[in-house]
Amino acid sequence: MAVINVNGKALNHNADPRTPLLWVLREQLGLTGTKYGCGIAQCGACTVLIDGAPTRSCQAPVNSIGAKKVVTIEGLAADGKLNKIQAAWVAVDVPQCGYCQSGMVMAATALLAAKPNPTDADIDSAMTNICRCGTYVQVREAIHAAAKA
Amino acid sequence: MTIHQTSLGRRRFLVSSAAVAGGFSLAFSIPFDADAQSPVKELNAWVVIHPDDKVVIRIARSEMGQGTLTGLCQLAAEELECDWTKVTWEYPTPNENVKRNRVWKNFSTGGSRGIRESNHYVREGGAMAREMLLAAAAAEWKVPAGELKVDKGVITHSSGKKTTYGAVAAAAAQLEPPKEVKLKDPKDWKIAGKPVKRLDTLDKVTGKQLYGIDFTMPGMLVAAVRACPVIGGKLKSFDAARVEKMPGVKKVVAIDGNAVVVVADTYWNARTALAALPTDWDIGKLGEVQTETINAMLKEGLDASEAFVGNKVGDAKTAIDGAAKKVTATYSFPYQHHVTMEPMNATARYTPEKCEVWCGTQNGEAALAAASEASGLPTDKCDVHKMLLGGGFGRRGRSDYVRQAVLVAKEMPGMPAKLIWSREEDMTHCQYHPTTMAKLTGGLDAQGNLVGLHIRISGQSILASLLPQNLQNGMDPVVFQGLMASGVESAYGYTVPNLLIDHAMRNPHITAGFWRGVNTNQNAVYMESFMDELADAAGQDPLAFRLKLLKPKWAAVLKAAADKAGYGKPLPAGHFHGLAQVMGYGSYVAGVAEVSVSPDGALKIHKITAATNCGHVVNPAQIERQVAGSFAYGLSAALYGEITVKDGAVEQTNFDSYNLMRIDEMPKVETVLVPTGDFWGGVGEPTIAVAAPSVLNAIARATGKRVRNLPLMHHELQKAS
Repeated sequence: MAVINVNGKALNHNADPRTPLLWVLREQLGLTGTKYGCGIAQCGACTVLIDGAPTRSCQAPVNSIGAKKVVTIEGLAADGKLNKIQAAWVAVDVPQCGYCQSGMVMAATALLAAKPNPTDADIDSAMTNICRCGTYVQVREAIHAAAKA
Repeated sequence: MTIHQTSLGRRRFLVSSAAVAGGFSLAFSIPFDADAQSPVKELNAWVVIHPDDKVVIRIARSEMGQGTLTGLCQLAAEELECDWTKVTWEYPTPNENVKRNRVWKNFSTGGSRGIRESNHYVREGGAMAREMLLAAAAAEWKVPAGELKVDKGVITHSSGKKTTYGAVAAAAAQLEPPKEVKLKDPKDWKIAGKPVKRLDTLDKVTGKQLYGIDFTMPGMLVAAVRACPVIGGKLKSFDAARVEKMPGVKKVVAIDGNAVVVVADTYWNARTALAALPTDWDIGKLGEVQTETINAMLKEGLDASEAFVGNKVGDAKTAIDGAAKKVTATYSFPYQHHVTMEPMNATARYTPEKCEVWCGTQNGEAALAAASEASGLPTDKCDVHKMLLGGGFGRRGRSDYVRQAVLVAKEMPGMPAKLIWSREEDMTHCQYHPTTMAKLTGGLDAQGNLVGLHIRISGQSILASLLPQNLQNGMDPVVFQGLMASGVESAYGYTVPNLLIDHAMRNPHITAGFWRGVNTNQNAVYMESFMDELADAAGQDPLAFRLKLLKPKWAAVLKAAADKAGYGKPLPAGHFHGLAQVMGYGSYVAGVAEVSVSPDGALKIHKITAATNCGHVVNPAQIERQVAGSFAYGLSAALYGEITVKDGAVEQTNFDSYNLMRIDEMPKVETVLVPTGDFWGGVGEPTIAVAAPSVLNAIARATGKRVRNLPLMHHELQKAS
């Protein structure tokens, strides 16, 4: 048994230490909001925050996490209240199929934490997640809306 | 672990809101409202109303991001006159549809047909339910139903009596449905036609939304699959002993003679063992096929004497031969991959009495048929529980992954197994957008009028690959999408006095399939790029040149886009406009791209202005999103989309070798809706076709260079010297 801190809780798992955090979250801890898209840290669907830094969990072995704090999409809403990124996502009606949106919301949460008033250029460089439905126009709009909220 | 033998997860699933630490989140079922034991009775196949006024609308089509779910609910709710804030939805299953004599009709969700082909009967479902609810209240109050009024599910009578749909629903469910109902005039719509929010958003921003890949049930095992890297090749041998003792591995099996599967306790363990599994394949002569050999096959077809004629007016060859000026150009379009964000997957559980599948699918009935065929059980002993799709784009219209999951489950009766394709498996085993080439030859008279046009398409047929029974005397009519002589689906908009559009079918072994926009995509690249080439040769403006030839509906939408974009007016220095139009999926669309190309050849797509006439507008906000998304999809393909073949196998394996557009390359998109209200057109696909040609035409204006082969990433775009 090993322990990792996810969404403020110490959680046990028995995965092989080299297992990517993504699969520990999904298959050991039941946190399926973090998605598998490519497994090679390209698409961003698996983005989580590790000590606040947006990280592609498909390329982070679980034994590299140690005592660091992991936050997943399930950990953003406090007491059922959406964070301001999620609220903006709902207000702008961003998702289409929605599969990439957990990663998008996590990346945007990290961006706004670092830059409360991001420019379009900041958004371009921070938001490298792939969306195939093409929600990019609404993602940009929602990030600006969240910054103003 | 023992297997739950309850009818776990019938139909729609909810998941406990807090995932349980240290264990699986548990999926459980809510009773389907048509269940005999349920106290809540349906009013008809489409509408169920609960005592608390909750309205459940049944949706047979699949939701994959395109918004059909919300649009169909709007249409049913509009006729029902219910409170929109009380509307929710559920999927009936394909098995239920079989048992009820296909009461929900077609489950297939492709060809942008979700709303345009089912709006009438879904609206009727809502209207009939309304009539029954009013009749129940009238009977209770002993007044004529015609004296009642209803607003947002509240029924009132001039005597002061008042009730709600929830209160009369049980009595209404006992009544005979009306034989006929009159549907509302769209000008009176209050819910439909409005930019209401989607019904499926919240769970997608909290991580609660379950896709097929997230599905789990007690005792479920997980499988990783590797099929022969060469499509059409066979499995020769594999050495299961090498991996059977690896952590978590339960079983190693071959399926269909062309794939190996490792079943384990988790996907990670299954995948790790699969990677270590030695396999040997029999690929035969297919191993000699390269992209170059496929291209040579297509090139030969460009001048072949035999071809299927798709559209013919007058005598194009004679007109071109006698023309004052002759213009010829050859274009090509590569294989492309759909790349749904969620890789293919399905969960299946088989017993000799029953086979159940849980998956995202664009075609529940086809998935049911696949489950039946793979399990060997009749369809009434099979069922498919549809999950939301993490992208479809045509890929999930096929059921190859369903078949595989059922074959694996059949190896372990009673044990549920989820089969997940790795991204690499997904990338290399698709039904790809077909590759074609086209040679276009036009003749202009001395005044620059187009007197003759021949378009020879050479290349792959989707029907020949997937549905050969649908070929018509060997011809694939779908090849001519956007170029067809007539019809309400995909007709050619230009009036050319002498026209020949024909197809030399050349079918490589790579499986071809329906890919969002399908054949309108490359046909619009060929046609709309060449229209600019013809306009240049005629010394005319490309808009004016087109408007002289276009039929009224096609012309109107192009003009709407051009007007909104300010076409012909001064642009910022270095910016150029390019135009394109097409009719597809029953709708008329046009786009104007504004681009610049820097001196070192860097392309910037600044803005797209897009016009759509889809007849009726059910949700303008969702149409805007489909139009913007269509440009993301179409431009991603234009910039990067290319699948190549080496030694018979697809070379691209993941996003590092198959690049996709990110937010930094996404242009601004302005959408203009110009609905004429006289037909029902689709929205999810048509606009994709104008993305590439509008940008290619703008690039040609900016650089003087005409790009005739996609993707753009292979081209140096510095200004022609």
